[in-house]
Amino acid sequence: MNWRAILAIYRHEIARTLRSITQSIVSPVISTALYFVVFGAAIGGRIQEVEGIPYGAFIVPGLIMMTVLTQSVSNASFGIYFPRFTGTVYEYLSAPISYLEIVTGFVGAAATKSLVIGLIIFATAHLFVDLPVKHPVWMIGFLVLTCLSFSLLGFIIGIWAANFEQLQVVPLLVITPLVFLGGSFYSISMLPGIWRTVALFNPVVYLVSGFRWAFFGFSDVNPALSLVAVLAFMGICLTITWWIFRTGYRLRT
Amino acid sequence: MPSIVSIEQVRKTYATGLTALHAVDLRIEEGEILALLGPNGAGKTTLISMTCGISSITSGRITVGGHDVARDFRAARRMIGLVPQELTIEIFEKVIDTVRFTRGLFGMPPDEDYIRRLLTRLSLWEKRDARIRELSGGMKRRVLIAKALAHQPRVLFLDEPTAGVDVDLRRDMWEMIDELRGDGTTVVLTTHYIEEAEAIADRIGVINRGRILLVEEKETLMRRMGRKQLTIELAEPLGAVPAELASYNLELGDEGRELVYAYDKAAERTGIASLLAGLTAAGIRISDLRTAQDTLEDIFVHLVRAEDREAEPEAADPEARAAEQAEVYP
Ligand SMILES: Nc1ncnc2c1ncn2[C@@H]1O[C@H](COP(=O)(O)OP(=O)(O)OP(=O)(O)O)[C@@H](O)[C@H]1O
Ligand SMILES: [Mg+2]
Repeated sequence: MNWRAILAIYRHEIARTLRSITQSIVSPVISTALYFVVFGAAIGGRIQEVEGIPYGAFIVPGLIMMTVLTQSVSNASFGIYFPRFTGTVYEYLSAPISYLEIVTGFVGAAATKSLVIGLIIFATAHLFVDLPVKHPVWMIGFLVLTCLSFSLLGFIIGIWAANFEQLQVVPLLVITPLVFLGGSFYSISMLPGIWRTVALFNPVVYLVSGFRWAFFGFSDVNPALSLVAVLAFMGICLTITWWIFRTGYRLRT
Repeated sequence: MPSIVSIEQVRKTYATGLTALHAVDLRIEEGEILALLGPNGAGKTTLISMTCGISSITSGRITVGGHDVARDFRAARRMIGLVPQELTIEIFEKVIDTVRFTRGLFGMPPDEDYIRRLLTRLSLWEKRDARIRELSGGMKRRVLIAKALAHQPRVLFLDEPTAGVDVDLRRDMWEMIDELRGDGTTVVLTTHYIEEAEAIADRIGVINRGRILLVEEKETLMRRMGRKQLTIELAEPLGAVPAELASYNLELGDEGRELVYAYDKAAERTGIASLLAGLTAAGIRISDLRTAQDTLEDIFVHLVRAEDREAEPEAADPEARAAEQAEVYP
């Protein structure tokens, strides 16, 4: 393993984030705070509680997941798309590094950034609501796994995208709907019959549910199933990434 | 001693179906400066990209320092530094950070002392904390060179290092390349400028339409290919070349006031003496003589043109050719 290369990529990506700190960290925090105000205060006034949890607190895990998910995808996809766009990708291709090292550097940095954002939102949430965490280790575990697997997905999108539109289209058309329908703001059990079944095909449901279980100790689906779903998703992304580098898809001419 | 870079029967067909290189063979010796000369689209960048790992190799084999660039890519790439043709560089970064980054990417431990010397030599030390977007184009190119040298490679590929660079900077660049050779670094550069190859290269390779036409020592090349021309100025203009001098393939120029004779300087008999005797015998009076030698540029144009004619005889339209030439030599 070329650890120095991994570290170089990682630091380079983190430095890029720090150069645009406002945009990178402050904006997701502000938008989450807005969700709190809109969903927590406005709707929370009508829905008192869900399964015994005050609505304001109930939506926190979903909110964190939602932000972390979209952030992971956009950080990682932009991270690799940018050098492809500017042409500086030649440096990665001509360096003595394997695909595993490139992915570790890029995805590690993107996941770190979204993890930090997730934790900041978690801290911010304490200002608004009382927030118990029943299984802190699982909470961190789910968070880290989500950051990693969706950064991987972002990486794949960043390599696949042929232009800036495509880079935006997948998050907008695929990720956002999945996230909104993923039970961030409600429990699956609140859905009418058929939609409950449909929801089970949405991978985000498993993430949010598992994450929420780590907070409150109850969930829509079995937390073990959530864990399996996350790991399976990560496995799929890893396989695609491996294939990308083996074939040089969109990278090596 | 084995060659530092060895390219054997390398072929490149792009996904578009275009074959950019046809079974190219090329050996680059340690410590030399090799200039690859060729018109636009000849395949220079393609060849470099395959050696450096940016493009895949359709068939054939490339080794650097004995390491196969595909199978043993780590060892091979560690030895290579690449300055790409385009100014591709992240413009928001600081000069010194981007150089450190490349060094790390190549798995080298930090060495601030080396980086200071490198930047100083490239006249970038004063600018080390400047963001790259604040630099001029020539400086950006030097930053790219600093990056390529950040991991102390043994072979440096410079893809058109002096494109869009002013005369002074070009001279600086040549000096720097010469210094690199002094350190034992092998340098491969591509260029459209013949005078550049003439000025700094030890050997010159001419590439056209995906084929290497020749690779030779610069001096040998100029000697072997160097045709000379004798121009004979006449006291009185001639209407036509006299029939008895037909065997010399003379050309009449300057509205009949000049006879031009092309000969090979290296040949045992240049034919000059007999030609002059023949002129005298024909009663032609000579007012002056002048000789001129082919430059590398003439040689190059000759080679490429001859090959282009072979490749597509129907395209022998002189006007199109002139336009093409104008493009190659702006
Ligand atoms: N990525 C690519 N996909 C398809 N064809 C390509 C690609 N890159 C280069 N080519 C084609 O391969 C041929 C050789 O291109 P190359 O860039 O190697 O030429 P070059 O000698 O470097 O030219 P120049 O002096 O203009 O830089 C050209 O016909 C070019 O159009
Ligand atoms: Mg080129």
